[in-house]
Amino acid sequence: MTSLLNNNRPPVFCPGCAHETVTRALDQAFCNMQIQGRDIVIVSDIGCSGLFDTFFHTHAFHGLHGRALTYATGIKLACPDLNVIVTMGDGGLGIGGAHLLSTCRRNIDLTLLVLNNFNYGMTGGQFSATTPQESQVGSAFLNRIEKPMDVCQVTAAAGAGYVARSSVYRNDLALEIKKAIRFKGFSVLDLWGLCPGRYSKKNKLSPKTIQQTIARLPAVTGPVQANLRGEYGEQYRAMALKAEPQAQPVKIEKQYPPPSPKRSGIIILGGAGQRIVTGGELLCYAGLTAGLNAAQKNDYPITVLRGHSVSEVVLSPETIDYTGIDTPDVVLALGPEGVARRTNLFKKLKSGTTVIQAADVPIPDCAGKIITIDFQAIRIKAQDRALVGLSILAGLKTVITMEMLKEALKIRFKGKVLEKAMALVDT
Amino acid sequence: MAQNFMEGNEAVAWGAFRAGCRFFAGYPITPATTILNTMLKLLPPAGGICIQGEDEIASMGFCLGASMAGMKVLTATSGPGISLYSENISFAIGSEIPLVIVDVQRLGPSTGSATRGADGDIQFLRWGNTGGLPVVVLAPVNAVDCYQLTAHAFNIAETLRCPVFIASNKETGMTKESFDMDAVELPKIKNRIRYTSDKPFLPFAARNDHAAPEYLPIGGPALVRQTSSTHGMDGYITVDREVIAKNQDRLEKKLKTCVDQFTFYDFFDADTDTLLITYGVTSRAAKTALSGLNAAGTPVAHLILKTLWPVLENLIRKIAAKFRKIVMVEMNLGQYAREIRRILNDKPVAFFGQMDGNMISPSRIKEVLTHDQPAQ
Repeated sequence: MTSLLNNNRPPVFCPGCAHETVTRALDQAFCNMQIQGRDIVIVSDIGCSGLFDTFFHTHAFHGLHGRALTYATGIKLACPDLNVIVTMGDGGLGIGGAHLLSTCRRNIDLTLLVLNNFNYGMTGGQFSATTPQESQVGSAFLNRIEKPMDVCQVTAAAGAGYVARSSVYRNDLALEIKKAIRFKGFSVLDLWGLCPGRYSKKNKLSPKTIQQTIARLPAVTGPVQANLRGEYGEQYRAMALKAEPQAQPVKIEKQYPPPSPKRSGIIILGGAGQRIVTGGELLCYAGLTAGLNAAQKNDYPITVLRGHSVSEVVLSPETIDYTGIDTPDVVLALGPEGVARRTNLFKKLKSGTTVIQAADVPIPDCAGKIITIDFQAIRIKAQDRALVGLSILAGLKTVITMEMLKEALKIRFKGKVLEKAMALVDT
Repeated sequence: MAQNFMEGNEAVAWGAFRAGCRFFAGYPITPATTILNTMLKLLPPAGGICIQGEDEIASMGFCLGASMAGMKVLTATSGPGISLYSENISFAIGSEIPLVIVDVQRLGPSTGSATRGADGDIQFLRWGNTGGLPVVVLAPVNAVDCYQLTAHAFNIAETLRCPVFIASNKETGMTKESFDMDAVELPKIKNRIRYTSDKPFLPFAARNDHAAPEYLPIGGPALVRQTSSTHGMDGYITVDREVIAKNQDRLEKKLKTCVDQFTFYDFFDADTDTLLITYGVTSRAAKTALSGLNAAGTPVAHLILKTLWPVLENLIRKIAAKFRKIVMVEMNLGQYAREIRRILNDKPVAFFGQMDGNMISPSRIKEVLTHDQPAQ
């Protein structure tokens, strides 16, 4: 198999740069594996490692600093058969740290070559996430007070299926790369090499010392037993196959005449757990059964099971433009939290406003017509207050009717839940 | 008569799905999360991909990679997420990567108020990229628009190879409302123009000085290069100033010369000297206010802009020509009024803005219109 190197664009690295060694080994790995250029995409990061895609006759994607793994993930999910190789320096590793960890956790079938030369070569030799604390770098003393990270320890801990550390000066580097590409899942190669332009002028580092240092560290040579598992894309596709197709959105037919020819604004004030939002939705469904237009907005805090829950509903035979309710026609005061949230509302009520008030929920003085229900006396649980409140409203035949509400229940619920709801509105 | 009932956000997701979108990546954020939720229901059973990124930057990265591999992609967020999208938005503009981005705006600045509406990102969407090249921004008024404009957004993104924004608002995205989905006419689906010649493929070669390059996917039989660097037609870095200038010029013209293809607006004429201009959810309060004024015999004409960027300069000038007084009302402190004043510099443009997390009410708009000097 012939080389995939682009003869028109030979490597342009500084003399003695480790990246050039990796470029040739990567090409050799492609040749050994007999992969065609069209079956490969090289996704390159920023910095000197960002030049890799230009040297090869393959698909290429070169984007923003630290984000190479994200582009590669999108490409791999769209093209599961493509060999996706990511080249990134120790700079991209640091700036894209969240992506590195998440890619390990996903175990998506990408091959990451970390061209680790312990500094930011392109910008003048500043320290990176892997620079030893004792090194002389272009960031004054700053590297002395930051602990470098061990790429292999971090990626293995984060769940990468394949992690190997290697000197770029190994004779069998191409084989190392080939093994990483072959691995089905996320493979990380931490490749240590020299940056003669910026780093090794001031720091004693040579192919020999690199090999010695790596030899002193615990060996990290490939598959991480604890992390071996299914590949992300394969698992995604298998699970997606089992997902139920989404039904078309519910469509509600007009079946009944609306009880009122005018726009109504209804505000349900309650607390978490009282099914206020479901109540608002049922009210809208009921309106739709009479051919009314409906709009619903809800207001609740970021916490669940605690605090206010407010639902605002507009029903109208006309198109609903403004969805706000300046003066409501109906207020259901079912919980103190909701009342507290909208205290000011009560001042604005007019004599024509219907207020359906739970007996145990105090409300401010107001001009509305108050109907009090003692939910406790009739043994209605907190979660059923909204529905029972709506059945009281339906009984008034002003905004909705009982037949509209029952139809809404039939659309919204099925089986036992429906039976229970029907029984509640009949009480 | 039969109607559906859904949030603007759900309508966006359905519009995207019906336009052929099969890839979504996003990070949950109120008030945009229900787009992710809906896509999670729609895409996996349809053979599509819906993933949650570790952050907004990753989500955008996934989308850009998948788009260049040939998928129609959508992402959705709110202001804080748009901030994180910024560098990848610049990439998508400069390297002509189709995608649709929904910004369900919430009150800013910064994390602001998660559950409060605003139209505070209108200039940010236009200028929140390096280089300042144009983008397309469409602003839905209601759930119908969310559904329909999202489908249009895909056609624009795919044929012009550019990011297209849907500038929604918490008040549109998270309000459920009734409409008949089947009665909404969706545009015919348009796809990227594929390169079909036998000659070697140049990924950034365009037919003329205002066209998008013809497309081939990464992963196909012909090799494709994509790059965020300043590039020539071959997708390799260039320092040739003529090539660079010509390409920037093409990116500018590409959108501006075909604004006719995505000119979306509603105009309600009236026998009056005053024209009210609005966009987004504020248009609804304006309509309510204007129907009151109309009934009172003091009508005001109304222009609802649904394409915000590129600014519909000719259309706005033409419509405004016969009016003596222009009034702009929006949910920020005057972002789009700047554009209107720039275009209609021979007329007084009064402005009212509100940025308190609440919709501007019809009564406020009525006050603004009936007083000679608006509040601001």
